[in-house]
Amino acid sequence: MTDFVTTAALNPPVLVFQPKGRGLIPRSLTLTAVIIIIAMLAVILLNVLHGGLGTISWEFLSKPPEHGMEAGGIFPAIFGTVFLVILMVITGVPVGVLTAVYLHEYTSPTSRTTRLIRTAINNLAGVPSIVFGLFGLGFFIGFIGHGIDTTLLGVEKPVWGQPAIIWAALTLALLTLPVVIVSTEEALRAIPRELKDASYALGATKLQTIIRIIIPQALPGIFTGAILAISRGAGEVAPIMFTGAAYYLPYLPKALNDQFMELGYHVYVMSTQSPDIEKTKPILYGTVLVLLVLTFLLNFVAIMIRSKIRSRRISV
Amino acid sequence: MLRLFSLISVLLFLPQGAMAGQITVKGSDTMVRLCQRLAEEYMKSHKQTVIQVSGGGSSSGIAALINGATRVCASSRLLTDAETRTAATKGVKVHQVVVALDGIAIYLHKSNPIADLTLGQLRDIYTDRITNWKELGGPDRPIILYGRENNSGTYTYFQKQILGGEDYAERCEPLPGTAAVVHAVAHDVNGIGYGGIAWATTIRYAGIKVNDSAQTVLPNAANVSDRSYPISRELHFFLNGEPTGETKEFIDWVLSPAGEKVVVESGYVPVRAK
Amino acid sequence: MTPYQFKPKSRWREFLGEKFIAVNAFAALIAILLIFIFIFKEATPIFTNGEVQKEASLNKMTFKQQFQPDKPAKWSWQPNSDLPKYSLWPLFLGTIKAAIIAMLFAAPLAIGAAIYSAEFASRRMREIIKPVIELLAGIPSVVLGFFALIVLATFLQDVFGLTYRLNILNAGIALGLAIIPIIFTVAEDAMNSVPTSLRDAARALGANPWQVSFTMVLPAALPGIAAGVVLGFGRAIGETMIVLMASGNAAIVSASFIDSARTLSATIAAELAEVVFGSAHYNVLFFIGTVLFLFTFVINLGGELVLQRLKIRFQGKLT
Repeated sequence: MTDFVTTAALNPPVLVFQPKGRGLIPRSLTLTAVIIIIAMLAVILLNVLHGGLGTISWEFLSKPPEHGMEAGGIFPAIFGTVFLVILMVITGVPVGVLTAVYLHEYTSPTSRTTRLIRTAINNLAGVPSIVFGLFGLGFFIGFIGHGIDTTLLGVEKPVWGQPAIIWAALTLALLTLPVVIVSTEEALRAIPRELKDASYALGATKLQTIIRIIIPQALPGIFTGAILAISRGAGEVAPIMFTGAAYYLPYLPKALNDQFMELGYHVYVMSTQSPDIEKTKPILYGTVLVLLVLTFLLNFVAIMIRSKIRSRRISV
Repeated sequence: MLRLFSLISVLLFLPQGAMAGQITVKGSDTMVRLCQRLAEEYMKSHKQTVIQVSGGGSSSGIAALINGATRVCASSRLLTDAETRTAATKGVKVHQVVVALDGIAIYLHKSNPIADLTLGQLRDIYTDRITNWKELGGPDRPIILYGRENNSGTYTYFQKQILGGEDYAERCEPLPGTAAVVHAVAHDVNGIGYGGIAWATTIRYAGIKVNDSAQTVLPNAANVSDRSYPISRELHFFLNGEPTGETKEFIDWVLSPAGEKVVVESGYVPVRAK
Repeated sequence: MTPYQFKPKSRWREFLGEKFIAVNAFAALIAILLIFIFIFKEATPIFTNGEVQKEASLNKMTFKQQFQPDKPAKWSWQPNSDLPKYSLWPLFLGTIKAAIIAMLFAAPLAIGAAIYSAEFASRRMREIIKPVIELLAGIPSVVLGFFALIVLATFLQDVFGLTYRLNILNAGIALGLAIIPIIFTVAEDAMNSVPTSLRDAARALGANPWQVSFTMVLPAALPGIAAGVVLGFGRAIGETMIVLMASGNAAIVSASFIDSARTLSATIAAELAEVVFGSAHYNVLFFIGTVLFLFTFVINLGGELVLQRLKIRFQGKLT
């Protein structure tokens, strides 16, 4: 009985640390991991810069491809990408924002509905991009487009039931939905409760509060989400391969059911199917460089906005 | 105000029906450069017609023709029985126009010492019966097979004519276009590939002999034109029904001397023997 | 200064507004269901249509088939042939191989980097590492595929003397590059959210920074790190462009990691353009899509469950 105390004193608790040096081995091992990652990124970026910098010029960015892709520029691809992405944002961002608003304002975090929607969002984020492409083909083109053609328009030749920029945009909107939802939710969470309480205290209804106070306050976060969605959407190729992208179009897409050229798709086709890989290599590298610069710029802007929101919120 | 603006912008984007004078050409990857050049030249002198060219392989062009997604299908092979049946059930009357002649060249790396192959050897190589260059009189190194994806007309043609309908060796690497095959062989000392004759500067062609005692024939325009090159083939346009309107004008132009000039410039052989 | 006043609005508007928002909110849920329904719908003829089953049935796609009377039964994917062959096993194998190589390459690097960033790095180092990872995350997969096709393949072939220039190792490494940011972000988040009380306690008992990480932080962050790995694996299974461009696309059954291989996703991407709508080949491609969808669905769900279990074990939490 008395030995209890002595036993405890003679056998100190296991969690005592022997002096062991400063843990240099794990430190340098993990540092090596960091260095390897940085090195690989540097190799990729330098390679693209080296191969593509010489091709970039005003002509390259503003002229269409000529002479079987061996000369000329990539303007139609840039135009197509921009048009596609604008359509994607118009159709996708509102839905994503409303979803986030619903989850944040109308439901409680533990309710069945919330968990169901959240599971759906998580799984949507994990669906492979080619499956989105299949869905675009089977649902948007095969079901909705074909349906419009046969029931609303009653035509034989496909007008809407074929690859078109609107279907590609809708497919991408679906793919980037989780990004928008998550960004908007982050923005909504940052809105101080006092703001909402003040609004209710002044007699506003929930809807009014959402429209007049909450969404405007969350706008920078929504922008961040939209920009991240754009950056993701501009780079995805698999969803648009069968829903509207084309390799060589002698015209720019004007109507919603036109096909379009796109930067990422252009890179893919030129890398694998271009008429003469050696001759088109400079243009290929140039296109890759333009695509990379575009995505990086967008990401950078999104990050800037995000840090500005954070600093502004602190001052408020 | 916002509503009016959005309404107007939506109306602006509505489809304008089929664009006046728009022709789609889709299909063979072998022919895609030729079709692009034809389209470019034609549009220079016919400003109101717009021709849109895409590749994807002969099979995808034929599928698009059957699905009604393209007006003209470019194909480096003929329709299979199954495709003819499917076309008939979907009410598509397939009309064939021979546009140019081509040969299938066998690509070898520039440093490969093998000068020629017989058709029998070619078949054995691609069905995994011959797997090492030394069996052909070359160095003791494995033969790396490059081929096309199964949507390619060249793939199907090669399989029918050279392999006699047998399947390709499983380890044959399918590449999505002739240019990819050329690129692969150019970077692989042990590689062998096949594709159209109008493509390459970075690799060597192998001469082809019908059998051991025959003469070696190189794949060039002259030998394809007089059909002395054993693996010659026709390149086609397929349409749904007889061509009319702008399509007819375009096809007629392609078969005219102006079109033939483009065919020759692209490295193919015009249909009419000179 | 006019006070911010709200005009009283009708109940109708409120009700309609809420319902409108709710309908939009179910978009994600409806989307997931629709995706499954429509992809599976185009695959059902494999189970129902006798004509299609002559070419491609579940049996034909899973087991070795005797295609020629004098040769042994084997698996073969040759959909464009006089006798179309639709064995899925070579494609499965290719997908798994690519994902394993990617994980073996990416997980140690990403977790190592996350440990360094969360435990050892100074503030300046952290400010370098974070943008680097975000830059890597921002590279579109088609660019990584391009890099693997043009640069990495030549490098690997020169350094290791590989037989095939385009092979699954090439694609696997590029795939690994794509998933490093995913694993890193989740792992680092997990380590950063370990309460400082745990770290302080260990420090107080005399531990050096590594001992703190190893005994306190890593076990507590394990659920998060595991989640990151699972997410990365799911992404590796579904990725299309990188493998399409860099793996060689040969549908073979082999144990080697330097042979060419064909994945499920690349098969769909490569062959969808050439199918006639409604043909057996078309049905099979949509069936592959369904399989991919279910696969990633199960991995995601499984990951969430594992996360819950581990959280209970290591942190005693229930959410």
